[in-house]
Amino acid sequence: MKRPIKVLIAKPGLDGHDRGAKVIANALRDAGMEVVYTGLHQTPEMIIEAAVQEDVDLVSVSVLSGAHMTLIPRIRELMNTSGLADVKLIAGGIIPDTDASELKRLPGVAGIFGPGTSTKDVITFIEQMFPGR
Amino acid sequence: MAHLQQLLARFASGDVPAASRLMSVVERGGADAERVLDAVYPRTGRAHRIAVTGPGGAGKSTLINELTRSFRLEKKTVGVVAEDPSSPFSGGAVLGDRVRMTHASGDAGVFVRSLASRGNLEALSPLASDLADVLDAFGRDVVLLESMGASQVETRIRFSADTVVLVLTPESGDEIQSLKAGLLEVADVVAVNKADRSGAESLAKDIGAIMDLREAKSEWRPPVVMTSVRDAESSMKLLTAALRDHAAHLDDGQRRASRRRDALRARMQLRVEDAIRGAVWQSSILGRRFDAIFDRVTAGSVSPWQAARELAESLRLDARTSP
Repeated sequence: MKRPIKVLIAKPGLDGHDRGAKVIANALRDAGMEVVYTGLHQTPEMIIEAAVQEDVDLVSVSVLSGAHMTLIPRIRELMNTSGLADVKLIAGGIIPDTDASELKRLPGVAGIFGPGTSTKDVITFIEQMFPGR
Repeated sequence: MAHLQQLLARFASGDVPAASRLMSVVERGGADAERVLDAVYPRTGRAHRIAVTGPGGAGKSTLINELTRSFRLEKKTVGVVAEDPSSPFSGGAVLGDRVRMTHASGDAGVFVRSLASRGNLEALSPLASDLADVLDAFGRDVVLLESMGASQVETRIRFSADTVVLVLTPESGDEIQSLKAGLLEVADVVAVNKADRSGAESLAKDIGAIMDLREAKSEWRPPVVMTSVRDAESSMKLLTAALRDHAAHLDDGQRRASRRRDALRARMQLRVEDAIRGAVWQSSILGRRFDAIFDRVTAGSVSPWQAARELAESLRLDARTSP
């Protein structure tokens, strides 16, 4: 039997609000996915721990604080060394285009979504990552 | 299959990612899930299982978070299975229980797993108990099961744990009368949460009075404790004392064994019923008969209830004539 696509949505760092993350969480739920939400102020280690225990198919992080160039590579690296090498990572938030293209070059970082991205685009992107699910 | 054996071997040596993957295998169901459950069953029975239930918003996740900390202070390892509802329309779910589990993170002694209800209509699905089996076999001393928001009739939860904690809030006051039959009957411990709000004390008294009426016919009088995260430390002292009392009650004589036997029987019965239900509807003969007789129902020549009786009778005849 198939399990719906299971996604971890996490907020690393010191962001004060999680409106965007919650909008994405609800959109993915409405698209039939199972979304584990961790809440604010997560360290990369906490995110990895949650991803391992929940055995998710995809980790999605939202960063608004400007610390994305530190946090995202760190999360990817920890995923690789924690048995999550085959789990993909996507990110959204306030991420300038130049940073986005640099981050996308990291192996295992599947997509970066900046401000104004429609939830439909995110859903389509994820669904294409898991054909047949 | 070889992959499964490998996972089971890693699981047996305490590998967390392997435990997590095995839970996913169990969630997906089918033959592999059965293999995993068969393999872990001999190792189950060591953990104390505590189900936490109550209406949505009563503070179940928060209390589980605090309980987790208390058990960790006692050096007990903890597993948590937290269930949230799936959307009946999209099949998706937002599993938000981890948001409250702040004491769990960064501690290898705590394993938290979220579960979507996927069409199950009980407060806690049969699958939650299966995942609890995996955590039990993984060697967790305590397994906490968090139900979805529950009210009144979701009493099967008593089969999923040694101890059932019912969490209510002062706002539940008016509902107590209707809870008398149902959820309140399966509670082993009642926590009146958000006890800093007005009405908490009178609610606790009311529930205590209901429990006293019951005491005559039952060996266990469920304690009613007032809890509040505003005063987490003393709240947890009360709650863990109540849990210890209940554990001691279970361990006095054969109570725990007999409770577990009842639970196992109920889970097994459900399995058989599920298998029969699945087999019945997979049978193409029945499907054809159903369609044929349903045409007669819509034509008005037979009542739906007579049609159902005829179909059921035809199944009985099939069973008698098959070798």
